[in-house]
Amino acid sequence: MHSPRDLRRRIRSISSTAQITKAMQMVAASKMRKAQQAALAGRPFVRVLYRIQREATTRMGEFAHPLLEVREVHKRAIILIGADKGLCGALNGNLFRLAAEFDTQSTVFITAGRRAAQFVARTGRQLVAEFTYADTPRIAEARAIAACARDLFLKKEVDEVRIIATRFVNTLTQQALGLEFLPVGQIKALKIPGVRSEEELAADITESIFEPSPEVVLRYLLSHYLDIFVYQVLLNAKASEQSARMVSMKNATESAEGLIKDLTLEYNKLRQGNITKELLEIAGGQSD
Amino acid sequence: MANTIRLEIATPEAMVYSEDVDMVTLPGVEGQMGVLPQHVRLITQLVPGELIVHQSGRDEFMAVGEGLVEVTNERVSIVTNMAIAVDKIDEVAVEEARQRAAARLREKISSEEVASVNASLARSLAQLNVKRRHR
Repeated sequence: MHSPRDLRRRIRSISSTAQITKAMQMVAASKMRKAQQAALAGRPFVRVLYRIQREATTRMGEFAHPLLEVREVHKRAIILIGADKGLCGALNGNLFRLAAEFDTQSTVFITAGRRAAQFVARTGRQLVAEFTYADTPRIAEARAIAACARDLFLKKEVDEVRIIATRFVNTLTQQALGLEFLPVGQIKALKIPGVRSEEELAADITESIFEPSPEVVLRYLLSHYLDIFVYQVLLNAKASEQSARMVSMKNATESAEGLIKDLTLEYNKLRQGNITKELLEIAGGQSD
Repeated sequence: MANTIRLEIATPEAMVYSEDVDMVTLPGVEGQMGVLPQHVRLITQLVPGELIVHQSGRDEFMAVGEGLVEVTNERVSIVTNMAIAVDKIDEVAVEEARQRAAARLREKISSEEVASVNASLARSLAQLNVKRRHR
């Protein structure tokens, strides 16, 4: 049995926690909107690029490029894209569970986001480079990450690069998943995350003139493809992080409010009981 | 027959421009190129330089970076890493950026870095050229 004073103290402490989680929820909500908008704003760019790539690949013959080279995998690098902070539900945990499946010896890590770097350091895995990205990711940040991975691959220090990141589905659903990054797979199936394959495109393609040639256009495209790929992944990761944080803070606020309600009820009952007891004592005293 | 052509300019961050225009002049890899409505389908590479939008007797000037261009008979789609209207160019800031890049080039840096500095230098130069020509 708690004393009324204990109860009052607990109510006060919980309500100040609720205030904080409420504030964090608001902040995350506004950042979430921005992150989701950014993810949408990049879509037209990707759509046009995808269209050009489709046309170019249907027109070129044999095409060799060092980034397309498939080698036997002895060593792989993983680009792990996590959040900077916690308090976002199972988001980071899901990512790290995926990352933990890879063998410690033959896998090196490139991380983005502080939590990802902490995970790699804590579990004693090999860290090659650590990057950060802002609340609104910029292409330059993506370029740095992509360049690092590309260097490792081209110098044959690793034979495969994969990305582990969170895909943004909607505010309630985010999905941790592993993506193939290098070597760039069958170029015909070149895909950029966040864009649905547009089958209707294939139908309306009449032949285009290429200036100077499909190969040149494709080579140019390939050199920028990696940056854009990472950029899209970063946008997705950010939108996921903010959404997950918003939802988990909302849950925290709600359960705090529930607790406050229960405790207030208990407190009032106790207070009522005490008053009744006192009244009875007074009444008892008078009848004597 | 449509006598305007849709111009779309997209950068990774946003859709910069999307309007119906009379004609577009853009810096292609094989030289300055004018695109009128009903153009034959064409895909080419864009180089840093000046893009001119001709719209109902008026000309608009923009500085663009490198990228790709897709032309169909009713649309010009441009993907580029930079597209800035001439009146949005901050000449002082760009000049500073240009000098920084030029200074960086004189230092000892990796070839990868040279490429990226060169690219940013080309972007700055394109902006300056466009700005100074239309003062």
